[in-house]
Amino acid sequence: MTLALIAALPFLGALAAALASRISRRAAAIAAGSATALALALLLSNLPQVLAGTVVTASVPWVPALGLNAALFLDGLGFFFALLILGIGLLIVIYAANYLSKSDPAGPFFTYLMLFQGAMTGIVLSDNILMLLVFWELTSLSSFLLIGFWKHLPEARQGARMALAVTGAGGLSMFAGLLILGQIAGSYDLSVILTEGEAIRSSDLYLPALLLILLGAFTKSAQFPFHFWLPRAMAAPTPVSAYLHSATMVKAGLFLLARLWPVLSGTPEWFAIVTTTGLVTMLVGAKIAFYQDDLKALLAYSTVSQLGLICMLLGLGTEPAAVVAMFHILNHASFKAALFLSTGIVDHEAHTRSLKRLGGLRHLMPITFTIAGVASLSMAGIPPFNGFLSKEMMLEEAVHTHWLGSDWLLPALVVVAALFSVAYSFRFLSGTFLGPERIDYPHHPHDPGPGLWFAPAVLAALVVAIGLMPMTLAGWLVDLAAEAVTAAPVELYAKHWHGLQSAAMWLSLLAIGGGLVILGLSGPLIEFWDRLPKPNAKRMFDAGIGGLVRVGNSLGEGLHNGSFARMAGIGVVAMAGASALAWATGAAGPLTREMTPVNPVVVLCWAMLCAATVAVAALHRQRLFALMILGIVGLTVSVGFAYMSAPDLALTQVTVEVVTIILLLLALNYLPRTTPAELPSAQRVAAFAIAGLAGLGVAWLTWTMLMTGSAFPPISEFHLAESKPGGGGTNAVNVIIVDFRGYDTFGEITVLGIAALVINAIVAAVLRPGPANDRLKTWIHGRDAGDRHPLMLAVATRLILPLAITVGVYLYLRGHNLPGGGFVAGLVVSIALVLQYIASGFAWAEARMRLSYLALIGAGVLVATATGAAAFLFGRPFLTSTHGYVKLPFLEKFELASAAAFDLGVFLCVLGAVMLALSSLSRIAIRAGETVNLRPFDVDPGRKES
Amino acid sequence: MMGNWIIAPVLLPVVAGAFLVMTAGETAQRRLSVVAVIAGLVLALALAASATVSGPQVYLLGDWPAPFGIVLVLDRLSALMLVLTAGLSVFVMAYVLGSGWDRKGRHFHALFQFQLMGLNGAFLTGDIFNLFVFFEVLLIASYGLMVHGGGKERLQAGVQYVGFNLIGSTLFLFALGLIYATTGTLNMADLAVKVPLMPANDTALLRVAGVMLLIVFAVKGALVPVQLWLPGTYANAPGPVAALFAVMTKVGAYAVIRVFTPIFPPGSPATGSLYADLLLPAALVTLTIGAFGVLGAASLFRMAAFAGIASMGLVFTAVASFTGEGLVAALYYLVHSTVAGALMFLVADLVLRRRGTGELRARPAIPQAGFLASLFFLSAIASAGLPPLSGFIGKLLVLQATSGSVWTWAVILGGSFVMIVGFARAGSVLFWAAERDKAPPAPAPDRAALAATLVLAAVSMALTVFAGPLTGWLEPAAALLIDPAPTIALHDLPGPMGED
Amino acid sequence: MEFLFASATGLLTAAGVWLILQRRSFPVIVGLSFLSYAVNFFLFASGRLAIGALPIVGASEAPTDPLPQALVLTAIVISFGMTAVVVLMALGAFFSGGHDRIDLDRPGRGEDRP
Repeated sequence: MTLALIAALPFLGALAAALASRISRRAAAIAAGSATALALALLLSNLPQVLAGTVVTASVPWVPALGLNAALFLDGLGFFFALLILGIGLLIVIYAANYLSKSDPAGPFFTYLMLFQGAMTGIVLSDNILMLLVFWELTSLSSFLLIGFWKHLPEARQGARMALAVTGAGGLSMFAGLLILGQIAGSYDLSVILTEGEAIRSSDLYLPALLLILLGAFTKSAQFPFHFWLPRAMAAPTPVSAYLHSATMVKAGLFLLARLWPVLSGTPEWFAIVTTTGLVTMLVGAKIAFYQDDLKALLAYSTVSQLGLICMLLGLGTEPAAVVAMFHILNHASFKAALFLSTGIVDHEAHTRSLKRLGGLRHLMPITFTIAGVASLSMAGIPPFNGFLSKEMMLEEAVHTHWLGSDWLLPALVVVAALFSVAYSFRFLSGTFLGPERIDYPHHPHDPGPGLWFAPAVLAALVVAIGLMPMTLAGWLVDLAAEAVTAAPVELYAKHWHGLQSAAMWLSLLAIGGGLVILGLSGPLIEFWDRLPKPNAKRMFDAGIGGLVRVGNSLGEGLHNGSFARMAGIGVVAMAGASALAWATGAAGPLTREMTPVNPVVVLCWAMLCAATVAVAALHRQRLFALMILGIVGLTVSVGFAYMSAPDLALTQVTVEVVTIILLLLALNYLPRTTPAELPSAQRVAAFAIAGLAGLGVAWLTWTMLMTGSAFPPISEFHLAESKPGGGGTNAVNVIIVDFRGYDTFGEITVLGIAALVINAIVAAVLRPGPANDRLKTWIHGRDAGDRHPLMLAVATRLILPLAITVGVYLYLRGHNLPGGGFVAGLVVSIALVLQYIASGFAWAEARMRLSYLALIGAGVLVATATGAAAFLFGRPFLTSTHGYVKLPFLEKFELASAAAFDLGVFLCVLGAVMLALSSLSRIAIRAGETVNLRPFDVDPGRKES
Repeated sequence: MMGNWIIAPVLLPVVAGAFLVMTAGETAQRRLSVVAVIAGLVLALALAASATVSGPQVYLLGDWPAPFGIVLVLDRLSALMLVLTAGLSVFVMAYVLGSGWDRKGRHFHALFQFQLMGLNGAFLTGDIFNLFVFFEVLLIASYGLMVHGGGKERLQAGVQYVGFNLIGSTLFLFALGLIYATTGTLNMADLAVKVPLMPANDTALLRVAGVMLLIVFAVKGALVPVQLWLPGTYANAPGPVAALFAVMTKVGAYAVIRVFTPIFPPGSPATGSLYADLLLPAALVTLTIGAFGVLGAASLFRMAAFAGIASMGLVFTAVASFTGEGLVAALYYLVHSTVAGALMFLVADLVLRRRGTGELRARPAIPQAGFLASLFFLSAIASAGLPPLSGFIGKLLVLQATSGSVWTWAVILGGSFVMIVGFARAGSVLFWAAERDKAPPAPAPDRAALAATLVLAAVSMALTVFAGPLTGWLEPAAALLIDPAPTIALHDLPGPMGED
Repeated sequence: MEFLFASATGLLTAAGVWLILQRRSFPVIVGLSFLSYAVNFFLFASGRLAIGALPIVGASEAPTDPLPQALVLTAIVISFGMTAVVVLMALGAFFSGGHDRIDLDRPGRGEDRP
């Protein structure tokens, strides 16, 4: 239980800090600090069990489907790291509370800091590697926020993005690696995985898993060649740098190596990769660090180097080496945090971190000098400080290491690295504090209040104490961690004097001596270094990202450039291709049906249809002409339907055709009359080819479909059989429409209604003040000749109107048994009304329309719905026709009522929809300057003027 | 057993819509609209509960026996989609009322209801032609919502959207013609029975029909190569409408799952693994293009649109496995990406309201920058699939369902990386690189909109916390798709050869 | 007959595709109506062709398959509504943009949104 609380407390602290910041900056700090302190206390309360060797666990299943359990456990290693994270975390909070300037928002800072602390704690306490992954990604995210905290600084933004990109990429590769690992082990619970070492190392997937996981660990721990993000992350406020780069973020990678050490280590691959990477990182980091002038940069690269050292130790795969690794993690955490914090003090006091502008601060800042002195000597590996102990033990391990077929190569390189680390440590110390006092500090420095030096002082004290009494102070802790890592009883054996025969002693003497020599030569060396051409990691990284962005831009914006022909063309081609594939891989059925005979008239109609189609395709740029021919095509189609025993289709097609053409004509009244020839010939050819492809494909499919029989009897046999007895109508098509598949029709009329609404809304949008409206206001009706409201037509339509309405009603009534029905009726009536518009102009007709079309649509839909829902009263499903359930006398009558009521809804909806669309158009006409005629068929006043 | 209540998710919005058409007053419309979406959510939850307790249910419209009439099918899958849609509609409606988007044009609320009617109808139907009809209902309503408020860019994009979808609808009809011509039926359960019985020497037409259907659904689901329409449409649609459209792309994924898993499973003798073979590569390319689009996007809305494309790539990657595990992953990710996609568009709209442009270059600092930055951060985390939001769990599920396929893993993880970089760039331009000196424009108060967005982010969090129960609930849903026998039995169809 | 029918359907499709690949909204709309003719034919053909076999009970001894006809009816009505919408939308785009090019002017920009 306490485990869950320990893991949760930092997150609660984050929340508390966010809320407390509304009260005061101090309150935010206190909230964060107390949460950390409480977590630390709880952790220590678990010490007895941990010391007793019992592993404290807490687990609840989270996503069983994934094998993802919210499982925590606390063993020696977890305790060791949690102690560092929370302990140093507490010091950082205290320090930061005094470090941040008034202009820095305290709320976000402590919130981010606590989020990060929680993520780190989560990593080291996770018992489930998927859980670990969750927290791992959370550290990437929260460190992104921390590094970018001073968001107004470009380098902070870049540093944050770089850190996120590098560690994020590593995290993703680790994602895969851990999944593989879990699948080999058969569980994602560490407690299980740690027992499966044999199986894992012998699995074929061991190497991929290892590589993927190491990629994650190395990026996080800034191992070469991924080290470049760490110095860039120094743009963060110093407390953040101190936290992320001494005890936490960069140690996460090492933690993972240690955590999985029993499972992954001990193989040649592990040794080769991990040791070599660590060694190279150690060398590169140490060398670069020496040449830095910015104190934080120097510390950053020294961190890189020190991490390399630990990584190398873990790579060796021996138990003593693992012990040393743990020991040095502790030591490095203490002295490096102290160094960062004292650098922060120097920066805070002198307003610079540049060695070029510092020096001689020892008298001005004695306290800081003492702290930094102790810490940097420890980093240099000078006795009696703790750094000396672990470094000498490291050298001891190195001496016994056989690497690249040689016994001396690795020790030699390690000494070189050690020698540089001595050099940079001394350079840090002397360059800042020794030498003559200067008069040109950007700001006159002096020691700050205890608020700032308290935290580093504590750490420095640790450095000394552990140095003096390693076994009593650190022994038990390191043993705890090391035993958890090696799963074997091991013991730290640290002492200052190993006797003259100890190679390590001579090597460290050599390192110290050489380091001093290099320091002496620093002047010329640095000059030389500055002149050397160096690979600029940032530029390379930016180039890489820049390349990605360019790819993204062409794949995204470039490809999706809003060209309709492109999307349509690609779509059609894809369609044809996929269909061809499907066809080719299938078996085409035998063409069993025999052809239907043809007569000359049919051939004539066919020829007419084809000719008209080709004409439109060829001459479509003359829009009015194209429209007329389109009408002919439509009419021929309906004739075809009529001939092929589909009178209902013919009727509907004709009426729809008329309305559509009218609509297009009215629209064309405003659109340009011709389409410019703008298609480049290449595109014309392409379009032609695509069109031909599609045409041939469809023709082929139609032909095959017509000539092959259906594999099963169609369901329509039932419809024909049940039309009269079940549906109460002889016209099977209509009965299907209003009964068997009335639900389709229900949806269909809704579509019409919605269409009208959409049109209405669009017109309203067009007529709102704006460019469209202005364009309309200044519209010129100069383009059409002759009377716009010809007398004859006007008279004719008046006579037609009543007639048309009668026809409509008739069609509507007979629909159930003969071709017709509510839809056609609605269209016929609306056509009659539309003609009024055409004959006498929109305005005149509009002025005389009393009906609210919106209400018509709504009513239509509601009538249809109500008819369908009426069945509920009889406990039947939606749209059950009366015929189905009541056996009354006057059955015929009653039955008519039900189907007819539904069809009435259709009629109303269609009428309303068409008329609403037309009247909306008419509003455009009015806005476009058509005057309201006083009499139905006067001569257009607009024309008088022209 | 829900009885007539099964049709209610279609009738409620259509009646509400009809009344909204006839209602004049704005406040009255808003009230009615709110009541309708809330009632819709309650209804959806009730149906989901019923589907959970009493299993799949079949509703015979017009009381005609299947396969001759049209049937509705309520099972966990349809219930899931109903709840998802209803839930999203509540958030979007809250945002709309908070931001006053509905005042920018006519008939918003009516169209909104009809949109819901179309979606619910499509999710409930067990008849493939009726699926077409309700596709058209939801499409035509979406046309109206998409151009809501008008404006040059929006209307131009609208014409493309309508035009391209009309091509899609045409294709749908071609496919339906072939299906009826070869099988003589339109009922999905009946098809699931008959397709396996197709004579081995007569499969070509049916296979073509399947491919056509796949592409029709791919158009809805923004699957490469028919995804080109999406960025222009979504980027130009009103923010909340784009957020609602987050569920529209899912209709495509739903249709593939609903139609292909039972009717054209990889094991089917007539069609074999053809569709899976086409689907997987397309899905991986979609994911790649979407992820890179996020990185290269020129505006916030385009970025959100590409993120949507990427998420569909991941959904279809999981679907393409046509296994129970894969479908669970697909459905979970489908739910997650609906929430995440909607969230991103709402955040984009909030930013636009304050910033005046969605362009991704440094502009004056905006009011409430901190809060919006956090919202954007959350939506980015969700879309990129990072913890603690649901994208992470979804990605885990998909990775596990596809483990063994190196390419799939590489694309999924690589895609996440590209998206992380892209979101980080965008966020730092939008919120960090802002020029501090300039005075920000004051936005109209939109507390409700902010609240809706925040709660939606919380929903994504909840999806993570309750991922266990949810995936557990989804497993039977997937099982019923892999083995549809129980659902088919409910139809009590006549013998496959028609004798009865 | 079947041959004539199939070729006509193919031709209608080809014309439709050719027209939607043009760069202006008007030809695209005309092309879409061609496509809807084609697909109505195709859907109708799924019931196979029959002359003088009205799907009216009693009107003929072997009535043709009524279901495809019902489906085509639905399709016609729906495509009618769709056409109306796209026409008005194109008109609106023309009024607001001053041209009837169907390609987006500035696809990549999220600007001047109301």
